[in-house]
Amino acid sequence: MVTVKIKNDNLIIKVFGELDLVVAKEFRETVDKILMDKPVKNLILDLSQVSFIDSSGLGALLGRYKLVQQKGGKMSIFGANPQVFRILDLSGVRKIIPVFQTEDLELEKRRANQ
Amino acid sequence: MTKIEDNCIRLEFKSLPENVALARVVIASLVSQVDTTLNDLEEIKVAVSEAVSNAIVHGYQNNTTETVIVEGEIKQGILKVSIEDTGIGIENIEEAMTPAFSTSPDRMGLGFVFMKSFMDEVEVFSEPGKGTKVVLTKKLINSGSCALAAN
Ligand SMILES: Nc1ncnc2c1ncn2[C@@H]1O[C@H](COP(=O)(O)OP(=O)(O)OP(=O)(O)O)[C@@H](O)[C@H]1O
Ligand SMILES: [Mg+2]
Repeated sequence: MVTVKIKNDNLIIKVFGELDLVVAKEFRETVDKILMDKPVKNLILDLSQVSFIDSSGLGALLGRYKLVQQKGGKMSIFGANPQVFRILDLSGVRKIIPVFQTEDLELEKRRANQ
Repeated sequence: MTKIEDNCIRLEFKSLPENVALARVVIASLVSQVDTTLNDLEEIKVAVSEAVSNAIVHGYQNNTTETVIVEGEIKQGILKVSIEDTGIGIENIEEAMTPAFSTSPDRMGLGFVFMKSFMDEVEVFSEPGKGTKVVLTKKLINSGSCALAAN
């Protein structure tokens, strides 16, 4: 499951469950539709409720990162549990998309306003 | 100390994306029966997820009416999982297993990378037009020491 919050030009997406083939598709479709329809620029991704991620999930994250970049926005991830964090790290995704351990809203805001 | 029994399961399911989680959970349950680490369990789940996703996404090109077969076996503390499809097969196995190689533009080519880094051995048998079988092997860390301790 995916929930959506829009704050100014920030799109905040919270994903629940296991980010595999099934949830990756839902995530992709949800984000892409909003990026098309709404004047949002930045994507902030809350993974605190994600217990598992595999390459299908990673591919969806990276794909959204590219879209957001094309629109001149920024993307960041926060709340990843140690297991998910390890996969983000091993895959090299962490070097591309900034990953924060905790929700640091101030930092997010600053990043988003850069 | 309980004796570690050898065990095996066979799972046959439709090539639905929803069944990736099912295969992952079944293999994880099998592995939980022996004394292993949480980390091993997580790694095995990722590896199985990768192979089953590949069978559905690449082997069957997302056609959901085909069949995937997953077999899991634990013998003397060694886990062997095979994931089999009768899909399009792989032309060049070596190339397919190269990190970052993918035939899908929106994928990262990480599946085999994870399988190789999380399992001790990854064997791929494939024939174009016939299908693919991936066999993943891993020594379950605590099982050996546990058996020794029981003596
Ligand atoms: N069961 C299969 N049947 C046919 N081709 C396969 C199969 N498994 C893998 N392949 C081929 O091997 C390539 C590499 O697989 P791998 O899992 O490493 O990356 P990917 O699936 O393309 O991307 P990712 O796993 O990061 O989503 C695939 O792009 C595909 O061409
Ligand atoms: Mg793959």
